[in-house]
Amino acid sequence: MSENRPEIKKKKREPLSDRRKFILNMARGVGLVTMGGFVWSAYVDEVTASTLLLRPPGAIKEKDFLKTCIKCGLCALACPYDTLLLAKPGDNKPLGTPYFIPRDIPCYMCPDIPCVPVCPTGALDETSVTTDGVLDINIADMGLAIVDDESCIAFWGIQCDACYRACPLLGEAITIEYEKNARTGKHAFMKPIVHSDACTGCGLCERACVTEKPAIFVLPRETAMGKAGDYYIKGWDKEDEKRLENAGEIKTTTEISKQSAMDSLNSGMEDLY
Amino acid sequence: MATLWNSYRYLVLRRVTQIGLLVLYFGANAWGWTILMGNLSSSRFLDFVPMSDPYAALQMLVAGAVLATDLLIGVAVVTVFYLLIGGRAFCSWVCPINMITDAANFLRRKLEIDRIQGSKQPASRNMRYWILALSLIISAIMGLTAFEFISPISMVHRGIVFGLGFGWAAMLIIFLFDLFVLKNGWCGHVCPLGGFYSLLGKFSLIRVQHYEENCTLCMKCKTVCPEHQVLHMIGKKSLPVLSGECSNCARCIEVCDDDALGFSIRNLAENKKTGE
Repeated sequence: MSENRPEIKKKKREPLSDRRKFILNMARGVGLVTMGGFVWSAYVDEVTASTLLLRPPGAIKEKDFLKTCIKCGLCALACPYDTLLLAKPGDNKPLGTPYFIPRDIPCYMCPDIPCVPVCPTGALDETSVTTDGVLDINIADMGLAIVDDESCIAFWGIQCDACYRACPLLGEAITIEYEKNARTGKHAFMKPIVHSDACTGCGLCERACVTEKPAIFVLPRETAMGKAGDYYIKGWDKEDEKRLENAGEIKTTTEISKQSAMDSLNSGMEDLY
Repeated sequence: MATLWNSYRYLVLRRVTQIGLLVLYFGANAWGWTILMGNLSSSRFLDFVPMSDPYAALQMLVAGAVLATDLLIGVAVVTVFYLLIGGRAFCSWVCPINMITDAANFLRRKLEIDRIQGSKQPASRNMRYWILALSLIISAIMGLTAFEFISPISMVHRGIVFGLGFGWAAMLIIFLFDLFVLKNGWCGHVCPLGGFYSLLGKFSLIRVQHYEENCTLCMKCKTVCPEHQVLHMIGKKSLPVLSGECSNCARCIEVCDDDALGFSIRNLAENKKTGE
């Protein structure tokens, strides 16, 4: 056996030519970069996919925020209430970016908004929280409070206006609507209603809510709101009618569209099923 | 005692700088100090001078972000600073990861791990430049700062200042990688920030200078150097270390018993004479 070995060894392959070596090395480099690039991209894509984050006041749109925020934490340092947190590894949020959890510590809406002017990159945009050259926290848009009327005890008929009282824009962002309680016949429902045009998403209501898990909670506006689109118009509202100008034509073509309406109706309607 | 100081003076100074900076940043968050606020990505010195990571800003630029004035001033401050003192001085005098990789490297030498792996390193030190380029490509395509979402440097530094979370795992990964997988693996092969500062530091003024006439060829400097390829002139020619990959950590200077290495200011006239 061992005597045979040298025989095999004699068939030594020729050393690689320099050109072949160069090409193989380049191929290896490109291959590794492609592999690493895809793994890296996939990871970054996943970790930035979180859409349920509440950002500090003045934050620009999430997509731009993710590329503009340098994750320095100066906003978190400036916050006197320790509201703002930086996403740590393990928080499953875009790493290092600032956010807040209103049930723990809401935004107390400081009039001088200390977190915004310190931002070095403009990820927190001063102009978006400025009215007539003065900082104005009341126009901030961190999110929108949503009431779950199934678990809100005011909707049950129990008197509670904790969120209404906690709201820094009392009477504007949350109002109380009175309604007769038909069950008892002699009491009133006092229902908290959030108004999306005034609500800043500060989360003081969520903090104040008395239920075990808050029945009023803040979501990013994008997540919290639907969109009617251009095809549903408040015809009684002159302003809203202007939106018709944006509406393009939608034409749906199905099998039935090939026939005239009359033929389709006379066909016994079998092609509807 | 004097010899002990002599052979560890720069190491002690570096650790004091690294830990001191961490304490200053930590104090800003914990006790409201205003000397250094923020973290290594971007900070304010004395609540006035902005400083920003130029590599992070570069990723933002290719990602399509609008660069604010404060950020650009901060980038200029940091860039000019490292252009003068040596780009990778950041790596050995500021970066907290350096303490982890130095510890791994120290243990690696003590345990003689190289003897089971052999001296052949399975990866090229040029990898960092490929990763640097890749980070910019990904940033451009995805519209995100690609390295900033995975950077263990900012993860660890931000973690120490603002809360670590699972950041300790990143520290452990780098330690084990450098100890068992690849010698000088993170700082010398992978880290694109180090690659960036290598390119920036090519033209810096402060250089390590070799005095060939004093050299006894003991090669202690090459053993201790985390970027030993930059010391190619040892025992051959009196030259300054001109590679940007040198981090000015000065370990070579203090381990040298023969005064064959020292800091010098780059002398352009002299370099012209030697053709460098």
